Formats: sequence, C-alpha cells, structure tokens
Amino acid sequence: MPAYTLKRTFVALLILIVVSGLTFSLSHLSADPALTIGGEQASEEDIQAIRKLYGFDRPIHVQYLDWLGRALSGDFGESYHYKQRVFDMVSERIGRTMLLGTLAILFALVVSIPLGTLAAMRPNSITDRIALFIAVLGQALPTFWFALMMIIVFGVWWRWLPISGHTQWANYVMPTIALGYYATPALMRLTRAGMIEVLASDYIRTARAKGLSPASVLFKHALRNAIIPVVALAAVWFGFMLGGSIVIETIFNLKGIGWLSYDALLRSDLPVVQAIVLVFASFYVVLTLLADLLNAYLDPRISVR
Amino acid sequence: MSGTILEVENLSVDIPVAAGMLHPVRGIGFTVSRGETLCIVGESGCGKSLTSLAIMGLLPKTARRNADRMEFLGRDIRNLREREMARLRGGSMSMIFQEPMTSLNPSYTIGNQLAEVYLRHVEQSRAAARDRAVFLLEKVGISSAASRLGQYPHQLSGGQRQRVMIAMALMCGPELIIADEPTTALDVTIQAQILHLLAELQREFRMGMILITHDLGIVARVADKVQVMYAGKTVEEGPCETVFDAPMHPYTQGLLRCIPIPGRTRRGERLGSVPGIVPNLVGELSGCMFRNRCDYASDACAGLRDEPTRMGDGHAYTCLRAPEEVLGERQPAEAP
Ligand SMILES: Nc1ncnc2c1ncn2[C@@H]1O[C@H](COP(=O)(O)OP(=O)(O)O)[C@@H](O)[C@H]1O
Ligand SMILES: [Mg+2]
Repeated sequence: MPAYTLKRTFVALLILIVVSGLTFSLSHLSADPALTIGGEQASEEDIQAIRKLYGFDRPIHVQYLDWLGRALSGDFGESYHYKQRVFDMVSERIGRTMLLGTLAILFALVVSIPLGTLAAMRPNSITDRIALFIAVLGQALPTFWFALMMIIVFGVWWRWLPISGHTQWANYVMPTIALGYYATPALMRLTRAGMIEVLASDYIRTARAKGLSPASVLFKHALRNAIIPVVALAAVWFGFMLGGSIVIETIFNLKGIGWLSYDALLRSDLPVVQAIVLVFASFYVVLTLLADLLNAYLDPRISVR
Repeated sequence: MSGTILEVENLSVDIPVAAGMLHPVRGIGFTVSRGETLCIVGESGCGKSLTSLAIMGLLPKTARRNADRMEFLGRDIRNLREREMARLRGGSMSMIFQEPMTSLNPSYTIGNQLAEVYLRHVEQSRAAARDRAVFLLEKVGISSAASRLGQYPHQLSGGQRQRVMIAMALMCGPELIIADEPTTALDVTIQAQILHLLAELQREFRMGMILITHDLGIVARVADKVQVMYAGKTVEEGPCETVFDAPMHPYTQGLLRCIPIPGRTRRGERLGSVPGIVPNLVGELSGCMFRNRCDYASDACAGLRDEPTRMGDGHAYTCLRAPEEVLGERQPAEAP
C-alpha cells in the first residue's frame, strides 16, 4: 500500500504540472490579454505600455514559470476587472462551492445507494420500477429546468425556501438537490448493477451457506464489493459537480467560484479564469487520487496489480 | 437408527423456465448416518448440485422444493423459516462448493471469514475463533497458519483456497458436510490430496458426508454408500463395494466400464463416458429416461415406473432387466 500510494501521488503531481501548463498557454493563446485590459479605445502605444507593465512581452516560458512560481505562493495576480487580488476573490468564494459540491454528492449517494440496493434485491419488482423511474426522471430533466421548477414550487408558491443567496443553510437546500439529483441516476444504476452481480456471486452463496444474518450478507459481503466502482464514479461526479455548479450557482445566485468563473468568462478576466481552472483541475486530480487510494483500501487486490 | 443425521425421501426440485417447468430433481431419497460417507455420482446436469442446495435451503429463488420427508438430526426441516435454517447452515450442516477461486469474499481476510462463522454460531469470542481458525488451517494442511489469517483470498492458490473453504466448513463442528465436486476446478495433481484430506477429516470428526465427485477412484476408496443419479433420479444405489462389484443398471455399468479390474479405479480416473445426450427435463416425463442411450432398451422401457428392484443389503436399481438376466450375462465376461 505505501508503494502504491507513492506511485499514485507521483502520477498525480505530473498531471498537475501538465494541467498548469495547459491552463496557462490556452488562456494566453485564446485572446491577447493586453487588448482585453486596454479595451476597445486603447491606442497602439497604450497596448505596448500594458504589455510592458504586465510582462506580456517576455518569452512565454518565462511568463509561465513566473506565473507558476507566484501561483504556488498563492499569488494569482489581480483581476483585470475588479482590480482585486484574485487569491482573495477565489478564497472568499471557494468554501461555498466546496460546501455545495460536498452536500450535493452526499445527497446523491444517500439517495442512490439505498435505492440501488433496494432495486437490486428484487429486480423488476415495484421497488425496482420506482427506483428506475426516479433515475430516468433525473436524467431526462435538464438541471436548470429542474432548478427553476423547484424555485417556482418551493420558493415562490409555498415560500418554504429562499431562492437566492448563500448566507443561511436554507440557501443550500435547493441547490444541493438540483445538483445532487443530476448525479443520482448514474450512481444508482451502478449500485444496482453492481449489487445484482455481487448478489449472484459465489461468495454470497458462501456467506449464505455460513448461515450469516441477512444484514451481514447484504451489507458486509455484498455492498462492500458492489460499492467499489461507485466510489470511483462518485469522485468523478464530485469533480463534475464543482464544475457543474456554474449553472446552479448562477441560477440561485449563490456566489461561489462557479458563479465567479461565469462572471470572469463574460468579462475575459484572464487571471481569475486561470486561477479557477487551476483550482478546479487540482481539485479533480486530488479527488481522483483519493478515490484511487480509497478503492485500493476497499479492494485489497488493487494495490497488488 | 440412532446415528442417522439426514433422511431424505422423495425430494424433487422444480424450476419454472421459459420453455415450461423444468424437473431437474425428481424423487431422490437417501439417508446419511454419523461417520458415513455417501457419494453421489452422475454426469453433469443430472441434478447433483440442486439436490445439495435443496438440503441446505440454498436453492435459487425461483426453484420449488418438495419432499415427503427431510429430517436433519431428527427435525423436519421442510418448513423451517429462513431464520431457523440459517441457524443450522454453517453450524451443524456445512457445504463446500465447486468453485474455490470465487467462493471466498475478495475483500476480507481469511481470518475474518473463518472467524465470522464461528462468532455467528458458537460463541462471541474473537480469541477462541482465532484459535479455532489456526487449529483448522493447520489441520487442512496450510503452512504457517497463524500468519495466513491476515491474508486475502487472492494471495492464495486455488488448492489453498479450497483448503480454507474446508476449514471454514469445519469451524463450528458440523454433523453433516456436503462437498459438491470440491476438486473439479483444481489441478489434477492436487485433486486427490484434497479428496483424501476430506475423507480423513470426515473420519476424524465422525461427520456424515455427502461427497459429489467424478473421481471414481476416490469413490471406491472413501464411500460407504453410492448413489448413481441420472436425469434427476436415482438409477442405482447401494453399499459401495456391492455397486462397484455388481453394477446392475446399464448406466452404472457404462460409468464403471473404464475400470480395468472391478472395484479398482486408477487415481484421478474420470467417469467412463456413456454415448448419447441427456434428455430434456422440461414438462411431464415418464418411463426410463436412459432408454434413448441404452443398449438394452425396448418398447417396455417407456412404461418403467419408479419401483426399484431390491437386491438386499440396500442395493437397488431402477430398470426393467431382471437381476438374473444382468448377472447371468456378466459372469462369463468377468471371469479372469
Ligand atoms: N437456477 C436455475 N435455473 C434453471 N435451470 C437450472 C438452474 N440451476 C440448475 N438448473 C438446471 O438443472 C439441471 C441440474 O443442475 P445441477 O444440479 O447443477 O447439475 P449437476 O448434477 O451438474 O450439479 C441442469 O440441467 C441445469 O441446467
Ligand atoms: Mg454441479
């Protein structure tokens, strides 16, 4: 296990370096930052002056190393639009996005694992059909539409929940459901398929032949094995959710970094975009790493391969 | 008989399938006494596994089980609830399966899986469970047993895993052990070792054992009684020596044909192959099921009923041929 952990961590670091390079160059290639900063009316001299001021006239690898060095020490520069430190802008909002993503993936897991297990215990029964219906519905409804329906029903008609903001827990209820529900079908179906396969396996027959209690057969012997791929998928979905929270955060006006990235993209606010992409990407890499390690812990065969 | 552990009469299993009702087990009966080994032989698909699963109460959900009698340690187990059945399974009756590679849970250590069954049926003492596990792992021939407890199934070979399965089946000191082709999936070189091990342990712990195997050499060596199954029915049964010396049913004779000297089979020898295919077991069935493959078949065979011809000594077979006819023909051929 230690060797496996080390190996995975090393790979994760490599990926991060590549990602940072891509982030930097893509955003530099897509638009001339000096033009963005200068605006429409800027003269050629102004542009030249801006290039010099921000160091855009230096060779690209120098700019990259400089940017990376400062990024590592938390200095992502200053927002072109808000003239604020990007670090402050991101760190002020990142907690909200993390909170939303965590709540959403937990919501998805709490709904999909029991539902998938129930469905697998009696394939094609009423329970199975209901679970399938809920899942299909989740996949068929676009997230933004589902979010808007919730706002209309719970926020406007019944006035149970606030429809925008981020200051109270109640603000997170609808965004969590809207975001989490989207991941439910995939996680549920994977749980169901995994459970059906595992329940038909020889070692479950052994567990039953040992006279173990139904709970022990189901939870200790079956779920533990069925859940291994679900963990990996949940980690991927968690990553999607942080990125996907752009739509949800915008709809509910929940000012996390999803909302900020939408705002920054509209304004071509390059340092902000770079910082957010780098944060999302690092997060994604770390998540994948953690999922791998968790999988290796759950399935002792993995770390041997 | 006071030593009787298991008594089964007229056991049948029906499974609804797309084509109709499948009758894979159709009226099987036997008794197993303490310290006795019953071997069930018959080609694959004749219902041996379903018979053992029916006793354990582990049939697939769709299968239906019927029996005139099923008594385990004097107790009728036909209508036991799942809870009560689970109390018996792993405790006083245990089973060893055909697939050692997949029968252990990949996510838990050997020690965990061995201890678990003891904690469930015997007593809540981890230390005692551990001691018992080490004791049994040594018994089944696993080296440095104590250090194996922390290992996972994938770290063991197929033969070792089957040894672990045997140890697991013995954890709670069962009265009855059912071994369903325990070596079919293993290397030929270790098949005999494992079967001998089972026979030894059965004698040592004085358990009743139902052994399903293809290895006729082992059957000849360890069985007290033999039951020959064909298409879900018993075609011949009796004390091992008698059946091997004087097989009465044409199918049994076919199985034993590969034996060079009656009563002796070389180690590892497979069942003799009988030409032809097993009939479809879906729908109503009547008459002798072996008649389409039988050298002696006549029109009368379609009317055969389940009335075994008894030879005394518990030896019986279900065929229209009279004992004199069968024995009369055998004598010259077998004279040395
Ligand atoms: N779950 C099931 N559904 C339908 N048919 C089955 C099922 N299990 C076994 N059978 C059929 O019942 C017959 C007997 O099977 P089995 O007892 O496993 O034979 P064997 O003597 O090889 O152990 C076979 O023809 C098999 O195809
Ligand atoms: Mg079988």
